[in-house]
Amino acid sequence: MEQHIGIRNTKSIIFKSVIVFFAFAITLPLMLVLLYIIKQGITQVNWTFLTHVPAPPGEKGGGIANALMGSVIMVAMASIVAVPIGIACGIYLSENPRTKLTYYAGLAVDILQGVPSIVVGIVIYVWIVKPFGGFSAIAGSIALALMMMPIIIRSTEQTLKLLPDSLKEAALSLGVPYHRVILKVIVPCGFAGILSGITLSIARIIGETAPLLFTALGNNYFSLNITGQMESLPHVIFNYATSPYDDWHDLAWGASFILLLFVLTLNIATKLLTRKWKIQL
Amino acid sequence: MENKRLELSNDQLKWETIFKRILIATCILLLLVVLGVFATLVIQSMPSIKSSGIGYLWSKTWDPVQNVYGAWPFLLGTLLTSFTALIISIPFSYAIAIYLGEYNPKGWLSDLLKNTIELIAAVPSIIYGFWGIFVLVPVVRAFELKIGVAPYGVGICTSSLVLAVMIIPYSASLGITLIRMVPSPLKEGAYALGATRFEVIRRVVLPFTRTGLFAGVLLSLGRALGETMAVTMLIGNTTAIASSFKEIFFGPGNTMASVIANEFNEADHTLYVSALIELGLVLFVVTVIVNLIGKRIISKATNN
Repeated sequence: MEQHIGIRNTKSIIFKSVIVFFAFAITLPLMLVLLYIIKQGITQVNWTFLTHVPAPPGEKGGGIANALMGSVIMVAMASIVAVPIGIACGIYLSENPRTKLTYYAGLAVDILQGVPSIVVGIVIYVWIVKPFGGFSAIAGSIALALMMMPIIIRSTEQTLKLLPDSLKEAALSLGVPYHRVILKVIVPCGFAGILSGITLSIARIIGETAPLLFTALGNNYFSLNITGQMESLPHVIFNYATSPYDDWHDLAWGASFILLLFVLTLNIATKLLTRKWKIQL
Repeated sequence: MENKRLELSNDQLKWETIFKRILIATCILLLLVVLGVFATLVIQSMPSIKSSGIGYLWSKTWDPVQNVYGAWPFLLGTLLTSFTALIISIPFSYAIAIYLGEYNPKGWLSDLLKNTIELIAAVPSIIYGFWGIFVLVPVVRAFELKIGVAPYGVGICTSSLVLAVMIIPYSASLGITLIRMVPSPLKEGAYALGATRFEVIRRVVLPFTRTGLFAGVLLSLGRALGETMAVTMLIGNTTAIASSFKEIFFGPGNTMASVIANEFNEADHTLYVSALIELGLVLFVVTVIVNLIGKRIISKATNN
């Protein structure tokens, strides 16, 4: 026996309010986190903060110049490795959708995307840190590159798959060789999509701490030596957040604020780029 | 003239083959990297596998000084934090999926909510951890005082709360896509028969997307299992297991990822390092299986 329509309608309304409540409740923790970080961090940021290395505990002042520089260097080196490989692999996956290699490479991308970041840290430690006898920024960059690649590959593949076949066919029918078709027609057409994949992958790895713990470690001094230890923003936050000194906590709040600023900027850039290309990343 | 053109086209042909080979080479490189990761983990954890055998997984003592290694405290910690986080996150991620997929798929409000969810995924885990130490831990400590357990503040409960927030976006965004893919003739048919909105969602939309939503939950689980930094900062890091469930849940613990993060750089002998790497191997295998099952279900659900 079906219930009275009034009851059923009431149920429907109650259900909707529950859904709306839960759906919007999730904005609360995000707001709490963002506002707290901004409140604590923004007062720390000034010119000294950006251009000096950390002061010893108990001393006022000091900054995170070493971490800022280290993060930029390591992310840049990781991009140099990951971007060409990622794009090339993405092109192959979108151009040859049905080969065996595509199947296994696709599987590899899925696996790599799911590997916990700490495991990447261990593996790079075994591969690079141990044989070359020390923590280095190079090892850190390679760990980061491994985490960037799956995102770049997937976004390249999906963008290129969205392009109409007629584009490629037109170029090929004019007698343009295959590699030029890809490099001069297909890739430029999907440029925004590929670029959005790159910015997104940078946004993901710039806050990664776990793979750097056993690779680049950290460094209290300003260093440009890529074969030596290097500090990074997330690592400086981890170190100072878990330290018992209030001055260091303040440094960590400032560093968090800067890191958040980087991540937000990169995400907005991705957003603007993907608006044109309706790709799902 | 003829000859020159022939040379040119030969040249182009050469570049074409090189180009194709480069593409194939990068794909093979990727495959080798993934195989290499697995092989490295297996080889490096061999000493530990040989010395502890399969009992490694459920023996309860982790004592590097005595060279006794048992992973059970960390397995327990990982499972407990991940599943608690999953249970907390499910109502939220389902609600978001239903709201943005069915009730309000377009418009500024839905865009705003969608961007908010993407932002939750974008915030680095170290920042959640840092925030957790200074904001969430005191709150949890006050709560623990009220219910009468030892007020550590840090622990499995705190980590699960933060983890729950962090993993919501993964299942939610997939859920939105899937719910939007429910064919409208199905829903219209149900409406035409006089079903209310709630009945349509419960009897048409949810059954249609059930496996896909489950896959989203699996992806979230994969994230939760491997999440390192936020948990490391909040879980309290002890290897001892308390006696009652209540004490375990509210007390400090350790997960596989957090113990690696904490002890790897201090591990000073081969067996210790190897035992830690074996933890990494377990973590790797479990997350890969969870992720691949999830992805498989998704690709099936989105193709049909």
